Amino acid sequence: MKKRDPDLLLFHAPLLRQGMTTPSAMRDVVWALMPATAASMWFFGISAVLVLSSCIAGAVLAEWLFATKETRGESLRDSSGIVTGLLLGLTLPPGLPLWMGFLGGFVGIALGKVIWGGLGHNLFNPALLGRAFLQATFPIAMTTWVPATGEAGFFAVYPGNLALPFMQVSVDAMSSATPLGLMKFEQVVTPLSDLAFGKINGSLGETSGVALLLGGVYLWLRRDLDWRIPVSILATVILFSACLGLFDAERFPTPWFSVFSGGLLLGAIYMATDPVTSPVTPRGAWIFGIGVGVLVMLIRVFGGLPEGVMYAILLMNSATPLIDRYTQPRVFGRGAESP
Amino acid sequence: MKQNVSREEFLKGIWRDNPVFAQVLGMCPMLAVTNSAINAVAMGMATFFVLVGSSFLVSTFRHVIPKQVRISCFIIIIATFVTIADYTLLALVPGVHKELGAFIPLIVANCLILGRQEAFASRYPTKLAVMDAMGMASGFLLALFSLGAVREILGDGALFGFKLFGENFEPWVIMILPPGGFLTLGVILLFFNWFKTKKDEFLEDVAAAQRSEG
Amino acid sequence: MNATANTANPSSLRLVLTLAIAGLLSGIAIIGIYETTLPTITANKARELREAVLKVLPGVTQMQALVYRDGELVVVASPDKDEPVIYGGHDDQGAFVGYAVPAAGPGFQDTIALLYGYRPGDRQVVGMEILESRETPGLGDKIYKDADFVAEFSALLVDPEIVAVKKGTKTGDNQVDAITGATISAKAVVRIINEAHTEWSTRYPAPGSEPDLMDTEVESSEAQP
Repeated sequence: MKKRDPDLLLFHAPLLRQGMTTPSAMRDVVWALMPATAASMWFFGISAVLVLSSCIAGAVLAEWLFATKETRGESLRDSSGIVTGLLLGLTLPPGLPLWMGFLGGFVGIALGKVIWGGLGHNLFNPALLGRAFLQATFPIAMTTWVPATGEAGFFAVYPGNLALPFMQVSVDAMSSATPLGLMKFEQVVTPLSDLAFGKINGSLGETSGVALLLGGVYLWLRRDLDWRIPVSILATVILFSACLGLFDAERFPTPWFSVFSGGLLLGAIYMATDPVTSPVTPRGAWIFGIGVGVLVMLIRVFGGLPEGVMYAILLMNSATPLIDRYTQPRVFGRGAESP
Repeated sequence: MKQNVSREEFLKGIWRDNPVFAQVLGMCPMLAVTNSAINAVAMGMATFFVLVGSSFLVSTFRHVIPKQVRISCFIIIIATFVTIADYTLLALVPGVHKELGAFIPLIVANCLILGRQEAFASRYPTKLAVMDAMGMASGFLLALFSLGAVREILGDGALFGFKLFGENFEPWVIMILPPGGFLTLGVILLFFNWFKTKKDEFLEDVAAAQRSEG
Repeated sequence: MNATANTANPSSLRLVLTLAIAGLLSGIAIIGIYETTLPTITANKARELREAVLKVLPGVTQMQALVYRDGELVVVASPDKDEPVIYGGHDDQGAFVGYAVPAAGPGFQDTIALLYGYRPGDRQVVGMEILESRETPGLGDKIYKDADFVAEFSALLVDPEIVAVKKGTKTGDNQVDAITGATISAKAVVRIINEAHTEWSTRYPAPGSEPDLMDTEVESSEAQP
């Protein structure tokens, strides 16, 4: 392009511009996820790298395949495909066959984003949609949790990872339950320190609460994140479990256990805050967060599943347009009754 | 000439006016019973029988049936054929009948069938009506089969119960469950529409090229 | 509508007559097909039932339907509709082996209907067959696809009640190894059997005085090849 003469540059409003653009926001999310990614590699070794890259590959391929010639460069440059793939990968079990991760990334972008009209038009969070698809499609593989590699070292690959496309895990994977599963089905409580630092079974990214919080703080400092959403989700969950604890402290999880177990931190900080699928108004953000928190606890405590963060966020995603509609701020200069 | 007309009536139902892909009719059995190829084909055959039989009778008696009670008469005729199909399936293939369950009696409410009686069979001579019914029913059967085949192959790694990928195939559970029906149908419709757009574009290009040559 | 207005308006009588004739012909056709297929349908159902009963009660070759009337189990040829029926199974010599009891209850997705065999002499469940279920393919459907799980019900004490335990932790003869990943479906099966057993256990006569095998083996005689 020809370099323009700076003196003759014409602007229309808004004249004050921020440095924040979609690509920069997406890059921030990638950076913020780095601590959690590093933690997943620490615990699960090379398998974490493989699963995460297969998800990203699937997402980016879908992004490329379904873009038109005109939009192809744009949709790849804003790296939203990479974010979706990375987020999806962090919610998956470490021993998942790679082809399933690839499929999840592909479906997440294709059915979660492209089909709605691309970035900014989707109703549901693409990463969670991809995960919901995988959960419904491969319920066994998606609930086979393998313990951290530990002594086997960084380069030990879980046999499940290497299953051929369309084939199942041929080796009997050594499976173990997540802290939420232990709690729900066997009434075993995992100590809080293990939850916070990741010495537990679970998906790649959910094991280390501290690493997730670290990324969240970075996003908040960079102003990429509406702090109301994670705060209201976590506050609701804490309040809800504290109330339950008053009834029967033995049966119900403690507030801190509720916060640090499962995918709650991952979901609350990185997925519920997706600017496309969460309300834009401050009041709406509070309602959204409280809704997610209540649904998470309802599913965990009274539902048939041990974990409910995914469905809670997807359900509230679908309510987002409605929330936005009813929480529009009053137009300046008009009466209180006009919309 | 006459031959061509009836052939045209037959072919339009299979592709151009396909009841599922083009008219989006009969969605209820389409989504409900296509979790395996055999169920889909059984449903398609039952619908074929009902549609062709009803069209034949309706067209034959189209001058006898008074306009005022035609819908009631159509329903009586369709319901009779549905009941016959229901009992026949129950006697011959009880396993399949159990899988299809309430959807066999519900053929009577398939808007495709009543729609063909009202729009075609009650207005055209018997031969054309039967050709039209056979085309539409074949189109419906084809659509049911393609959905059922995709869902069975992905959901069970098999076609007509015959394992295609060996024992270690990882089934896509969602494909046998109801959401799989919606997903597959959506993707097939997407493909059908994409193909149609491409074809129209291509035809336009050809026409434009011819114009510029001429 | 103008086009139809030109043709003479048919009289009401003609309309009624057309519908009546159509209805009559349709009725005849339906009765015809019903009469033709009824024997095959009945035979199919009887054979299915018989196969299920033989499966859940090993050693049984003959069976008869039993209902609970006026405080005792009586043999009936054709039970009334909506009357709960169980089946008494007898071996070649006509000696009583056990009861096959149909039961149903809520599973994970939908109602699970099953048939279990019970030998009152040993107070044991000796077989279980799922007749109908819509449990999740791949997980919940293991309640009938997993041979190990079905085999759990081949010698199972009913006292004090059947308990489903985590896979691999079975300690007593009244315990069932649940299915990993399908705990709810497995527990549902156990619950259904327990509930049915509580209902029927008070109705069984003392072991040894079960109803004798009658000659009229109506339910299954048609199914004999």
